[in-house]
Amino acid sequence: MTEATLPAEQRVRRPSDQRKAAEKLDKNEILDMYRKMVLIRRFEEKAAELYAQGKIGGFLHLYIGQEAVAVGSLAAKREDDHVITAYRDHGHALALGIDTGAVMAELLGKATGVSKGVGGSMHMADVSKHFWGGYAIVGGHLPLAVGLALAAKYREEDWCVLCYFGEGATNIGYFHEALNLASVWRLPVLWICENNRYGMGTAIERASAVDQVAKRAPAYNMPAMQGDGMNVLEVKAKTAEALEYVRSGQGPMLLEFFTYRFRGHSMGDPERYREPEEVARWREDDPIGRLQKLALDRGVARQKDFEQIDAAVEMEVAEAVRFAEESPDPTWEMIQQHVYVNP
Amino acid sequence: MPTITYREAVSQALWEEMERDERIFIMGEEVGVWGGTYAVTRGFLDHFGEKRVRDTPIAEGVIVGAAAGAAMAGLRPVAELMTINFALLAMDQIANHAAKLHAMFGGQITCPVVIRTVGGAGRQLAATHSQNLEVLFAHFPGLKVVAPATPYDAKGLLKAALRQEDPLLFIEHATLYPTRGEVPEGDYTVPIGKSEVKRRGRDVTIIAYSKMVLLALEAAQELAKEGIEAEVIDLRTLRPLDLEPVLESFKKTNRAVIAEEDWRSYGVGAEVAARIYEEAFDYLDAPIARVAQAEVPLPYNRELEQMALPKVADIVKAVKDMGW
Repeated sequence: MTEATLPAEQRVRRPSDQRKAAEKLDKNEILDMYRKMVLIRRFEEKAAELYAQGKIGGFLHLYIGQEAVAVGSLAAKREDDHVITAYRDHGHALALGIDTGAVMAELLGKATGVSKGVGGSMHMADVSKHFWGGYAIVGGHLPLAVGLALAAKYREEDWCVLCYFGEGATNIGYFHEALNLASVWRLPVLWICENNRYGMGTAIERASAVDQVAKRAPAYNMPAMQGDGMNVLEVKAKTAEALEYVRSGQGPMLLEFFTYRFRGHSMGDPERYREPEEVARWREDDPIGRLQKLALDRGVARQKDFEQIDAAVEMEVAEAVRFAEESPDPTWEMIQQHVYVNP
Repeated sequence: MPTITYREAVSQALWEEMERDERIFIMGEEVGVWGGTYAVTRGFLDHFGEKRVRDTPIAEGVIVGAAAGAAMAGLRPVAELMTINFALLAMDQIANHAAKLHAMFGGQITCPVVIRTVGGAGRQLAATHSQNLEVLFAHFPGLKVVAPATPYDAKGLLKAALRQEDPLLFIEHATLYPTRGEVPEGDYTVPIGKSEVKRRGRDVTIIAYSKMVLLALEAAQELAKEGIEAEVIDLRTLRPLDLEPVLESFKKTNRAVIAEEDWRSYGVGAEVAARIYEEAFDYLDAPIARVAQAEVPLPYNRELEQMALPKVADIVKAVKDMGW
């Protein structure tokens, strides 16, 4: 069922997958995915604005361009599956349906934020939704994912862990330690690599001995699949297939989605490492535009449907900003109270 | 009261807690088939099975990280790191992850992972296998660091560690395993974060932890022969650090010696001395003395190794140098 051996070309394109996947989709599902991707896009654009105004501090890593990966893959997860990711985490939080106001409030460092204003952009979690958060030490959350999956297996429960990371995290020792142990213990982890080609400003070819992450899977006796990360339907279909395998108890699997961030690594990125033409080429592949075009071409939805969603999302983001700005700051007592559970 | 070894005390604590709580399991290098490098988990695999006694690859990052992840999800893992020297390979998981999770996510996540490891010198294992690295870990708010000296404390503290909600580093001393002490039958715990007076005395306060407590008690006996009565305080937990008994004692004796096996610079003694200066300066009759390891990577050669390590005579001398 899986593609352990890989095609030679750098970017995998399979229009047939897209058509096949689309046939199974209904209008509501397409519109929901569209809504989530547009929500992430507008949210991130607003965040960039607020960052420029000095209302958001620290580092800000935008998810613009990669929306299809979080939205498509999380659409395939079961309610009780667990999710953990790296520091580019706003998209995952929003795709999981975590309140937009709470995510925005976290960016503004407010007490109403998902992490109470203590974590900030890079550390958003909502444990009530099995979202264990964003982690800002590259690769550091991969071992945690192993442990979460161990807990599922230990309790003989059949939920899975979806662990997201960039291709830049695959050269650190954690990747090796975590994928190896997950495989030795046959743990239910779906490793989802969002290969956006650059670890900060270093292209994958300049940092990795192999230019495709999935090529590493055989070393861990683990099946792998690759997919077009700009095609939300393909992402969902492949994630569903992979989750079925992982949930069956056969062990972990590696999924690699080829994607691209349209903006810099973070807000302070001079972008000396890539040509504007390359960015422009990828922008033609915008996951939101592609889904919209497909839906219109196939008559699954009408322009009016999208316009209604666009307007509702604008309001939702504006409301999130208003909520965040009016929210109180966390108190010093709250910070002290959370150093230890049992002081 | 029965007398058992430090090794047996640690082993009993683990065994009894695993019997009590199904969520507790052990993972680490050689904990299962081998029975533990220091034989602490001998017999565990046969009794508890592979699910709860898990041999791991040699990969400290994922040993601690996976244990932390399982703890986040509600289990009670005991991650064993063969020695504290290898804990440096897991430093990021300990310091950047386990220690931070509860605070950084606004109190949503708890991570009750217990990391058992072995520190200490004196077995001719040379520079990379003989270190006392406790201060590196005691530096981090969010992590608890425990270093027991006696079988009684080892058992009671480890049981307490497995009944609380915070990440905790439990440091056993390599040369203490065969030492014996009285341990009651039946269940008991020793509170984490509480120092204890191990010997009463009026003339000088000797503050120690882990193996140095035994040396401090020996030194106190020698001093007693000359009429000097030392009070010996065992810190037991390095974070959170309980200085109440230390300050109380110091206000009575007005003199303090800190005996530590780690290097003097930036060591436990530096912290304790600073705190005494800050909180009891008016009671000071003499500068606070520190007895610690010489500032060298520890040599293999037996004589040189012994030269570098703090000894009973060093503690006795430090006390006498205060004006007896």
